[in-house]
Amino acid sequence: MRAIYMIFRREFAAYLRSIMGWIVVGVALLAMGITFQAFGYKSALASEMLQQFFWSSSGVVMIISVILSFRVIAEERQSGSLMLLSTSPVREHAIVIGKFLATLAFLTLILVLSAYIPLLIKGQGKITGTQIFVGYLGLWLLGGACLAVGVFASSLTREMVIAAVVAAIIVGGMVLLYKLSLVLDPPLRAVFAELDLWWIHFQNGFMRGIFNLKDLVYYLAMIYFFLLLAVKTLEAKRWQ
Amino acid sequence: MIQVSNLTKYYGGKRALGPVSFEIDKGETVGFLGLNGAGKTTALRILACDLRPTAGAVSVGGIDALANPHEVRRRIGFLPETPPLYPEMTVQAFLGFVCDLREVASSDKKAKIGDALALTDLTLVAGEPIGTLSHGYRQRVGVAQAIVHRPQLVILDEPTRGLDPRQIVEMRKLIHELKDKHTVLLSSHQLAEVSQTCDRLLVLGRGQVVGAGTEAELGALQEPMFSVELTVRVPDGKDGGAAAVLAALGGIDGLLGKSVPTERGDGWELLISSKRDVRAEVSRAVIGAGLDLLRLDARAVDLENTFLRLVAAAPAAAPAPAPKE
Repeated sequence: MRAIYMIFRREFAAYLRSIMGWIVVGVALLAMGITFQAFGYKSALASEMLQQFFWSSSGVVMIISVILSFRVIAEERQSGSLMLLSTSPVREHAIVIGKFLATLAFLTLILVLSAYIPLLIKGQGKITGTQIFVGYLGLWLLGGACLAVGVFASSLTREMVIAAVVAAIIVGGMVLLYKLSLVLDPPLRAVFAELDLWWIHFQNGFMRGIFNLKDLVYYLAMIYFFLLLAVKTLEAKRWQ
Repeated sequence: MIQVSNLTKYYGGKRALGPVSFEIDKGETVGFLGLNGAGKTTALRILACDLRPTAGAVSVGGIDALANPHEVRRRIGFLPETPPLYPEMTVQAFLGFVCDLREVASSDKKAKIGDALALTDLTLVAGEPIGTLSHGYRQRVGVAQAIVHRPQLVILDEPTRGLDPRQIVEMRKLIHELKDKHTVLLSSHQLAEVSQTCDRLLVLGRGQVVGAGTEAELGALQEPMFSVELTVRVPDGKDGGAAAVLAALGGIDGLLGKSVPTERGDGWELLISSKRDVRAEVSRAVIGAGLDLLRLDARAVDLENTFLRLVAAAPAAAPAPAPKE
């Protein structure tokens, strides 16, 4: 636990100290505002407006999550600083979890800063705090899953461009699984639909303010799966 | 302190190291000397538990590195060729982070960081971000992170790489100071570096240990050699030029069959490499041929030549072992 905390603290502090980190925050908030203006602002009902906000923000969150995470291990491998971790008595899972939690904390910061939009919507009409909370929980979990994909992609290579492309392909592919499921026959149709990253679990659930336990379990399982892959990749590369 | 037995490392089908065997005692400072690609970095990364060897056994402080790499990592400090640094952190914060990674007790942290800063002469820049420091200072921070937790074994891969002459002298001094408290293993392709800082040398050539011992012991391994340099002038009125000079010295053992005009164009420079001192024969031959002997220097073969001879004699890499069925 101590090692996880040490790595988390260093990584999170690096985000807060870097200009790039704050540029990412600014771009993310700007993109959320612009997409909401473009797609959600003209809705008549406040609840629809809120759904539109979560709908448009989910795309921004997926992109920002990939941007935040693709470099976390690849960059260290490229600069040589990963050698410090790999020759220290630190387990691979501590490296992966510490870095993942740092990116998740930074994403949380972005989401917290974006909360003014739903609060403005709440001031305009009749929506509950629970709707806002569930929507944000969905964005947070969706972002967490994308961050886990990014951390895994980052563990594969020292080339940050390749890591970014791999992460983007995995996230993009998983968003398209629902569309793919539509051309399949049962039982594959259900399997592919349930594995989809966005349509079933976010759009039909969290985005509408509906909390389903299976959606929560799905995102936690995705996070666990990709972080486990990252740990195994680091183990294989560290002591090969 | 370190026992290495038949250590071998293949990258795919290419042998990078081994089989090599050696032992290093506690408190020794040992230098890995070899040309680029000789296997120095591979050997050091294996000892630092970053690379797993293809075959062989490594023991550090009595602990089997293959069976228990984590325990070995607790006992070492490693400076790779590129210092592993975080540019956005201050020197002090970075060393604190390294202490945490190396499981230094909180109560000892401040004292150990202070000692490392003092030893590496970084106290004045302790509050500076690493990214703003010069290359020499960053190299010092690299050494500081390798020693801050007071490991039994300090491994330094090319510690003077990229440093200017003044920084090299300072780094040598720093390595000398490390000798008092740690077993130190360092690598370099520069002979002067290793011979001036280490108690003992391990010469690597094509992935194998081709020589081991002190500077004097390595020199004694070779047959005594003399290198004779001379400058000869063909007097005015005498024909032949370089051909006349070579003809006059034709009977001398070890004459390298090439003469080079001097910078001023007033004579010819020649080199003789022989197992005995041939200065008397050379002077008689030159004078006897009616030529002018302008210069005659002789020196015993130094460690550099010994090193080059050892490396040149290293056997070529063996093919990768066949996979087990």
